[in-house]
Amino acid sequence: MKFSENWLRAWVNPEVNTETLAENLTMAGLEVDSIEPAAPFFDHVVVGQVLSLQRHPDADKLNICEVDVGEDKPLSIICGASNVAKGVKVPAAMIGAELPGGMKIKKAKLRGIESFGMLCSATEVGIAESADGLLILPADAPVGTSIRDYMFLDDQIIEVDFTPNRGDCLSVAGITREIGVLTNTEVNEPEMPDVDASIDDVFEVVVDAATDCPRYLGRVIKGINPKAESPLWLQEHLRRAGLRSLSPTVDVTNYVLLELGQPMHAFDLAKLDEKIIVRRAVKGEKLKLLDDSEIEMDEKILVIADSNKALAFAGVMGGLDSSVTDSTQDIFLESAFFQPDIIRGKARRFGKQTDSSYRFERGVSFQIQYKAMQRATRLILDIAGGQAGPVTEVVNESDFPVRKTIAFRSARLQRVLGLKIDDDQVENILTRLGMSWTKNAEGWDVVAPDYRFDIEIEADLIEEIGRVYGYNNLPVSTPKANLQFVQEPEVKVFPRQIRSSLVNSGYQEAITYSFVDPAIQALLDPENTPIALENPISAEMSVMRTTLWSSLLKTAQHNQARQQNRVRIFEIGKRFSTVNGEIQQETVISGLVTGDVTHTQWGEAARKVDFFDVKHDVENLLSITGDITQFGWESAAHSALHPGQSAMITNKSRNIGWLGALHPKKQQQLGLHNPVFLFELSYTELDSGVLPQFKAVSKFPAIKRDLALVVKESVTAGTVFAIVTEAGGNRLQLVEIFDIYRGKGVEVGDKSLALSLTIQDDSQTLTDIEVDAIIQKILVSLQGSIGATLRE
Amino acid sequence: MTIDIDSLLAQAISEINNSEDPNALDHVRVQYLGKKGSLTEQLKALKDVPADQRKAVGQSINIAKQALQQAIEARKTDLQEQVLQQKLASESIDITLPGRGQNTGGLHPVTRTIQRIESFFHGQGFMTADGPEIEDDYHNFEALNIPDNHPARAMQDTFYFNPTTLLRTQTSSVQIRVMEESKPPFRIISSGRVYRCDFDITHTPMFHQVEGLLVDENVSFADLKGTLVEFMRHFFEVDDLQLRFRPSYFPFTEPSAEIDIQCVMCGGDGCRMCSHTGWLEVGGCGMVHPQVLKNVGVDNEKYVGYAFGMGADRLTMLRYGINDLRLMFENDLRFLAQFN
Repeated sequence: MKFSENWLRAWVNPEVNTETLAENLTMAGLEVDSIEPAAPFFDHVVVGQVLSLQRHPDADKLNICEVDVGEDKPLSIICGASNVAKGVKVPAAMIGAELPGGMKIKKAKLRGIESFGMLCSATEVGIAESADGLLILPADAPVGTSIRDYMFLDDQIIEVDFTPNRGDCLSVAGITREIGVLTNTEVNEPEMPDVDASIDDVFEVVVDAATDCPRYLGRVIKGINPKAESPLWLQEHLRRAGLRSLSPTVDVTNYVLLELGQPMHAFDLAKLDEKIIVRRAVKGEKLKLLDDSEIEMDEKILVIADSNKALAFAGVMGGLDSSVTDSTQDIFLESAFFQPDIIRGKARRFGKQTDSSYRFERGVSFQIQYKAMQRATRLILDIAGGQAGPVTEVVNESDFPVRKTIAFRSARLQRVLGLKIDDDQVENILTRLGMSWTKNAEGWDVVAPDYRFDIEIEADLIEEIGRVYGYNNLPVSTPKANLQFVQEPEVKVFPRQIRSSLVNSGYQEAITYSFVDPAIQALLDPENTPIALENPISAEMSVMRTTLWSSLLKTAQHNQARQQNRVRIFEIGKRFSTVNGEIQQETVISGLVTGDVTHTQWGEAARKVDFFDVKHDVENLLSITGDITQFGWESAAHSALHPGQSAMITNKSRNIGWLGALHPKKQQQLGLHNPVFLFELSYTELDSGVLPQFKAVSKFPAIKRDLALVVKESVTAGTVFAIVTEAGGNRLQLVEIFDIYRGKGVEVGDKSLALSLTIQDDSQTLTDIEVDAIIQKILVSLQGSIGATLRE
Repeated sequence: MTIDIDSLLAQAISEINNSEDPNALDHVRVQYLGKKGSLTEQLKALKDVPADQRKAVGQSINIAKQALQQAIEARKTDLQEQVLQQKLASESIDITLPGRGQNTGGLHPVTRTIQRIESFFHGQGFMTADGPEIEDDYHNFEALNIPDNHPARAMQDTFYFNPTTLLRTQTSSVQIRVMEESKPPFRIISSGRVYRCDFDITHTPMFHQVEGLLVDENVSFADLKGTLVEFMRHFFEVDDLQLRFRPSYFPFTEPSAEIDIQCVMCGGDGCRMCSHTGWLEVGGCGMVHPQVLKNVGVDNEKYVGYAFGMGADRLTMLRYGINDLRLMFENDLRFLAQFN
């Protein structure tokens, strides 16, 4: 909310400058967002009066004005504005004046005639974005006075960001009350005397929904001048608070809202039938609002109605049909207290947040309606004339918000803040905050004032004391607690280790948005419907990813578009899906590799990355668990992957992840230049490992034997390894593959695998005969199961 | 005879020293010391020497033979040294050429930050906790003392899936889950992604928070201040970094405060980064609201707690001088590699 400093200082004037005042507010939880001048710099502009004017002989639209600026002689100023007239008072910029934006006023000739200044519009003195003609000043404006002084433009606009608990500060009265507390300065509220009725007209008010509206005041004002205009001072007060001037009635209700925090509403009396009824809407009831939109209400909505129809969305917005227009002469003025609960969420539900709903939701004092009514009546009569009737008030005090007595213990205050504050000081702060209190054995019994809706429990009072005492005056200490060992199972695999492994394998960690474009989801995971956001930022960020590949591929595209063709990235994050109606959110480790296997190397030819390069990285990752043998690799189909280059990674036949080449068709659709390899593993399947178990190292020599086997193309290396390992028994320490050969000497449809076997015994040196026996057993088994033969 | 041996020796030594390689040297050795070598021949001819001279001549031949052998050994060592030197010279490399192999990658800067923060708090006995990102209304709002339609909900623009399911707007939801499942005292640190429906130059719809919670019998606001002062000073490695605590409002803490640190870019003098205030807002904190403790079944008379939440992305930007939030989630490799 924006406040004019002048307006604030008229109420409370602590002996501190603007910056200190702002600092005080900020450090008390009322954060000052900005301080801006009320008008930009300009000078040498004074109140001038047009004494006479005559048409410029050579220009139809220009007038030569004789302007009294309080000097010995009037100035001759040429003016093109259409609203210039004899006798009006306007801002006159004299020779030497500087206007907002830096324009300097010099003696000038306009079509042969000299002009000694310039008459100004509101825009030219920096108080409006646009203006139609000259700024006409009040008739009593003293000629020759500086415009800055006359309009009090040397003012600052202080914008304060309020937290939702401080509805009590959303007015000049509220924030100055707070400034009074913080600076220990007395607040001088202007006098707001009652305006006695001069006519007897009343309009009946019936409050059906007394719980929602414990207080409703109405007043008839008749015979206002519909052509009246708001005076400059009122317009300026509104402008500095960020509001536009509309009409005297609306301007006055807005002014009272700014000044006292009481939202008010004016109805056109002629459009009301019989009586005002404050009631809940009925389901399906419709109302056309001031902004020309129609809402369909239900029984959760409070309305102001007459005997025939709903007139207004109570506490939120008036209705169009009953609103004050530029021909309205008789009005019915409303000043009511609506409970926060009946207003909360309602404006939001229809997207109709207003200054009124904003305040009622947060809590308006239930004791200021009468004062506001008097204040508004006075201003309307002063500006637009008319006769006021007596105030009608329907009140139901038993439904006022309850201010409970809060037991406030001084020991608890000390325990929570970590400081003993003297009782005297606590009591002084409570008193300044408007709390009523009495001493008891442990501290105080405290009752919050009517305007505070945020003081309900002891902790709220502790905060108030701490806040006014100053958080920064509270001590600094460190917590004392028993030392405890943090439980950290050695076999647990932490994300940190996974990240290290991938970083060491040359991967760059990415963090991408969890919501993605449904199109890429459909491309990669057409079988699953992703969970959709109800209110996404954009269509491209509207569904939750079912695989991190959706995001990583976008990242690869982004980098490729920036000449980064070699991409090795990973991300640890959640993927989201629905299984049997339940939302699943699973942390996965996902990676993408494309482009050259390494950055440019001298002495080695560049090579594009392939499946096995990435498989090795994944194997390194799996080996963090301490037992890579628990994982299996199965050839399996995945809709995102190349059918011949995709592997399901398993643990005890459970699918724990995938590795494969992005399907070439999808790669092409995504516009990626090079083959892309992707993996994704479930973190929970990796997060517990195996504790190492010592086994003695054999003291006896190991024997290496190489075998060149010929097998059918369809036989996988995995099958061969399994047979060899099984047949080799526990003396076979290691099986490695060192070549795969196809071509001369091997029949078409076959391939040759070259294996290196390491054979060793724990308790003896093996003889050739023993080694031969093992090899023989392996060969027999290979021959029997897959028809493998030794290559000639 | 004597002259013969001396000149023979002189000639042999000259030939040895002129040998250019091990083969030539061996050839010289054979020529003088081989079975038919000149010196060997002299030894063979000793039998023809008169007996009275034989001893002296024999001695001189032996001396010559030893001298020759020594000369050959010396020359051999020299030649080997020469060969080695040549080999070494031929093997010398340009050690300024770059190394080969896979470069290491690196962590995302936000991860770097979160790991550092967690590590500081692990050292203080805090345990890591994790929670779901798709949350229910209860854990994200209700249990945190933010009932439906509360104006505080407007402080956080929430992404919804349906009226009761949403993307968590704060890591505070993890507090609730941890406290529901175990017994106090609690010392928890929880970090992760949070989401708000806001996208402009200073907001991304997803960002990271680090949340801390300490619930014990003797915990005060002064302790909260102390913890955060120490943490910030460690994090930025500035011993006298100033902090200020500004009263604020969070429904789940009371008293509540915003945490401002002295601007780390200008040292508090005022710059663009801190909007010329000298201060940077880095998080919120407060004493756990008694209602929140009650909601999770913790005796709020016996126990008091503090909680704080910090923006990990903002701390990352401040720590490394990153000037554009949008860079954080674009994942441009040229950006990411700067943090390796």
